[in-house]
Amino acid sequence: MISAASIIFIVVGMIVMMVSNSMPTISRFGLAFLTGSEWKPADGVFGALPFIYGTIVSSLIALIISVPISLGIAIFLTEQAPKKIAAPISFMVELLAAIPSVVYGLWGIFVLAPFIRDHLGVFLETYLGWIPVVGQLFQGRLTGIGMLTGGIILALMTTPIITSVVRDILEVVPNTQREAALALGATKWETTMIVLGNAASGIAGAVVLGLGRALGETMAVTMVIGNSPQISASLFEPAYTIASVLAANFAEATDELYLSALIEMGLVLFLVTFVVNAFAKLLIMSVASGKAGAKNV
Amino acid sequence: MLSALMTGLTSACAVFAIAILVLILTYIAVRGFSAINLEFLIDTPKPVGEGGGIGNAILGSVLMTVLATGIGLPIGIGGGVYLAEMGSNWFGSIVRFLADTLIGVPSIIVGIFIYTLIVLPMGRQSGLAGALSLAIIMIPIVARTTEEMIKLVPKSMREGALALGAPEWRVTWNIVMPAAASGIATGAMLAIARISGETAPLLFTALNSRFYNYFYDQPMASLTVQIYNYATGPFDVEHQMAWAATLILVGLILAINVAVRYLARRRY
Amino acid sequence: MESKISISNLNFFYGKAQALYDINLEIPEREVVAFIGPSGCGKSTFLRTLNRMNDTIPIAKVDGTVLIDGEDIYSSKTDVVALRRKVGMVFQKSNPFPKSIFENVAYGIRINKMQTSKSDLNDRVEKALVNAALWDEVKDRLSSSAFGLSGGQQQRLCIARALAVEPEVILMDEPASALDPIATQKIEELVVELKKDYTIVIVTHNMQQAGRVSDRTAFFMLGKLIEYNPTQKMFTNPDERLTEDYITGRFG
Repeated sequence: MISAASIIFIVVGMIVMMVSNSMPTISRFGLAFLTGSEWKPADGVFGALPFIYGTIVSSLIALIISVPISLGIAIFLTEQAPKKIAAPISFMVELLAAIPSVVYGLWGIFVLAPFIRDHLGVFLETYLGWIPVVGQLFQGRLTGIGMLTGGIILALMTTPIITSVVRDILEVVPNTQREAALALGATKWETTMIVLGNAASGIAGAVVLGLGRALGETMAVTMVIGNSPQISASLFEPAYTIASVLAANFAEATDELYLSALIEMGLVLFLVTFVVNAFAKLLIMSVASGKAGAKNV
Repeated sequence: MLSALMTGLTSACAVFAIAILVLILTYIAVRGFSAINLEFLIDTPKPVGEGGGIGNAILGSVLMTVLATGIGLPIGIGGGVYLAEMGSNWFGSIVRFLADTLIGVPSIIVGIFIYTLIVLPMGRQSGLAGALSLAIIMIPIVARTTEEMIKLVPKSMREGALALGAPEWRVTWNIVMPAAASGIATGAMLAIARISGETAPLLFTALNSRFYNYFYDQPMASLTVQIYNYATGPFDVEHQMAWAATLILVGLILAINVAVRYLARRRY
Repeated sequence: MESKISISNLNFFYGKAQALYDINLEIPEREVVAFIGPSGCGKSTFLRTLNRMNDTIPIAKVDGTVLIDGEDIYSSKTDVVALRRKVGMVFQKSNPFPKSIFENVAYGIRINKMQTSKSDLNDRVEKALVNAALWDEVKDRLSSSAFGLSGGQQQRLCIARALAVEPEVILMDEPASALDPIATQKIEELVVELKKDYTIVIVTHNMQQAGRVSDRTAFFMLGKLIEYNPTQKMFTNPDERLTEDYITGRFG
């Protein structure tokens, strides 16, 4: 009982401590804090927009890449691969989730970033850079450190999470659904589509869960995104996320207003991820009565 | 035709994931092994160019993980037992819901929370603050796995004991807990693996230290923070040390995961 | 007699365990054949060999021949998808898709690309629902969810879904076991009605049901076909002692 209540204390305590410690900036800037695009701690100017922008865009890049791949792996594991192959692959995907964030970051700096600088980025610039409007995303200084690298590293990190939740959800789709489709002369893929239709809201939940993870992911992103508070059309340019500004500056923030600004950003991130996770939980629960989701969240 | 094509695509996704894992592990192994030696494992960090090691970081990680486990495990298991045995009311639902969402809250937020709660009043960063952050991350994970494991214990076992006239708490303690013990242990091991890889919540709670430190009231080094500092440093020597430290960390975490997997399989 | 399905020397294995032993059976066109026997006797397994549903079980192995219209369905040239279209199946528990009533029936038509136009699709759905004796009950709510139907209606929807792809054979695996007596009676009437156009194989654990709906009955025990005779004869004067014991309820 007391142990269980401690979980409530933690959540309530978090909100109380963070709100009270960010009062200086909340009362001083109000909503302008969230919409301001200038971030100059030395001059006492705090606008969080570049960080919000960086957080959202890097997470979107991550999902655009990881959702189709995760769905593919989950479908392969539950619908297509024989058990003997599926079990070890499942385990390897779980290992991907077990690798610490800071290790992804290290690998990102020394392996992924040079690869993007020398190969992937050049490729994107050559083949997509000329397209009007969209092409702007793939033009600019290619240093390998920037929004694109951050998004890709996030994609690698969210893939195992989304995969294992989707896999668990597909597994609870009753076999009678597959049999019904097969007996009507559906092909293997048509049968899979029926299974996906059964699991639609759970899959949506898994994606939202992945979003929550991407929004709050800290170390790996901090290490590869470039940490520069700007809003740029190019994905090659450095950017900044809420979590990474906290990681990079919190220990050095000594004056009260600066600290308050960082804590307020933490509060924003906390509330957003809290809502996103709660939403994901509800979606997954509607399919799997909580079981599949709870195991992996 | 379409079916075959889609199977090709989905298996390509699986191959991609495996390739990434292999790539990451190979880099860690190759670059890590080339920089590792005994001195590195026991020495403290030194100015660039003079060698140095991660001995104090390993000790710091162990000390903080042990304390975090000491705090987080009992609370987590207690909470899990409560949820499984008595948590079908509104209070249980709220706790369960908050635990699930807490698991998804970024760990750096936990760091901020502990910073405002412990570090500001104490006036300095400390191993205690780091360990508390890790404990907070651990509690909801352990609570939820404990609950799931207890719920897997067959109802018949419970009813069999109740029918013999055993009181509820005795059934929980003597029958249900032992039956769920190996599952709970598995969950605990995975939670320990998880917190030992955490960096973000330690950055400004435990901070870092260049010395061997056995006291929880002082800033404490950790493997993960040390990796972060080395990786983002400007010198090649530092990068090498980052890979070597990563080899130790990832080796440990993977060993726990594989061991848990092996034990879990033997059980069935 | 004209055989629609002809089974010879069929053996079936789950891994190392043998589930069916040397089955030989002829199923005539446009008749209802009932499979009866105690649980675990292999009757459902046998039914599922007729449209190769057992293919979905990795360790299952089939040995022997099953001819439908003279063609071996286990030959390597067989198109399993086409086979399952020709041999429809209704399951023990109704399993509608999470779609509307209309879409459930239309699903098989669409994936097999049978419709020539939108109105043709509507006609086909209507015809299938009429044939499954469900049309009058659902015609005003075709676009509502299939899960809103009662258990008996859901099962008839599944029959309509099977009929819509115009199979020649319909396999029914205890189609009424989860239904109340009134819904069961409706299904049975439907089976008798469908016999005019389809060859039907029905697995049932309910002896009276076999007596009421079938022309022939096959009695299975422990994976072996004990007796196969016209239902009339089977229930009044069986050849085998075992059959008589089972039918009169001496074991079960």
